[in-house]
Amino acid sequence: MLNIGVLNEGIVIDHIQAGGAMKIYEYLNLEKLDCSVAIIKNARSNKMGKKDIIKIEGPFDIDLNVLGVLDHKITINIIKNNEIVEKKDLSLPERVTNIIRCKNPRCITSIEQELPHTFKLTDREKRIYRCIYCESKFRGK
Amino acid sequence: MRHLISPLDLSVEELEHILCLGQEIMESPEKFSHICEGKKLATLFYEPSTRTRLSFEAAMLNLGGKVLGFSSADSSSASKGESVADTIRVISSYADICAMRHPKEGAPTVAAMYSEIPVINAGDGGHNHPTQTLTDLFTIKTLMGRLGNMTVGMCGDLKFGRTVHSLINAMVRYPNVRFVLISPQELKIPDYLRKEVLDQKNIEYVETDQLEQNMPKLDILYMTRVQRERFFNEEDYIRLKDSFILDANKMKYAKKDMFVLHPLPRVNEIATEVDNDPRAVYFKQAKYGVYVRMALIMALLGLDKAKL
Repeated sequence: MLNIGVLNEGIVIDHIQAGGAMKIYEYLNLEKLDCSVAIIKNARSNKMGKKDIIKIEGPFDIDLNVLGVLDHKITINIIKNNEIVEKKDLSLPERVTNIIRCKNPRCITSIEQELPHTFKLTDREKRIYRCIYCESKFRGK
Repeated sequence: MRHLISPLDLSVEELEHILCLGQEIMESPEKFSHICEGKKLATLFYEPSTRTRLSFEAAMLNLGGKVLGFSSADSSSASKGESVADTIRVISSYADICAMRHPKEGAPTVAAMYSEIPVINAGDGGHNHPTQTLTDLFTIKTLMGRLGNMTVGMCGDLKFGRTVHSLINAMVRYPNVRFVLISPQELKIPDYLRKEVLDQKNIEYVETDQLEQNMPKLDILYMTRVQRERFFNEEDYIRLKDSFILDANKMKYAKKDMFVLHPLPRVNEIATEVDNDPRAVYFKQAKYGVYVRMALIMALLGLDKAKL
């Protein structure tokens, strides 16, 4: 397996579905960070066969729970002094805004561009979100 | 301040209050003829709908209030590109309550988020039409004296008919309601309604394409239109279209105290020969719609004990 240098301080976003790392990278605006970011694609995984990993160096302050909406298998490891100090499980937020977009062409958001695309969690077990305007369903991966 | 955006925004108790108030109004309309004096209803209709708009206007006028509004997007600022949010913020300073119809789903939800006056959804695309559901429930309750313990037949386009979906969602909240869902294969109820509502709540139902043989079971028959363009091929349409037309012959199989409802407009799915049958109550239903809208306006304006 390809080896990326050990993180002294930072976070590791692990168990990203293979091929999904760039989407997460773009969503978190990681290109704007002035620190080392490593994207590992198609790493071998016992559980998943293949997976993507993102390693970010340095302190990082953002609500990562929204990642759970995009891919619930993701795990987050917080690293300090070369050690994992916290393993975070992602819990699904009750409401997400501008993370997912309503694709219903009959929804009011299709003609009023400035409206935020807000979804609320209606079934935690089945990971179902619904558009607050037209109630169209979005199911997390 | 409350709005009515979805039929399920009202609890069973709140609904009961509104239906009872509607019945009081129906019995003595004169007692309520001045109750909205000095109040204004804005009817914001971004697409034409003569029946619903006039029903709302009649309701407000019957209560002694006044109405203002527009009846198509062309005659509103929407044609200049104004957003729903901006329109409602302006209208909030002109009127005390508003009824909105919009071709896009969720537009009344947006209005409610920015409004300073109660917003009533008068139909948003194929999504919700709560005052039609109130009208349907009011009609059933007034004629049957109850909303539970009955077999409701739904016939026609059960796939795209929003009135059907809303009525099923509303009726499953009452005890011992059974459904006979009569439609062509192509127009059966959507999967989510079958799985997430009927199956999940253990509601008794059958799906069939036979109207005639199911007639004797029904206490209520809710008819809707089967549109030619919903079929995948002309052959199926021709084969099936008459099965879903209610005529005097099929009415012979119905119970003496069964009632036929229809949200209107009717095209040809109910033969005009049925109109004189005392069990055909669809025109009465349209009249009841005014009473229940009167009750709703009063409740949302806080003018009655049933205020929301």
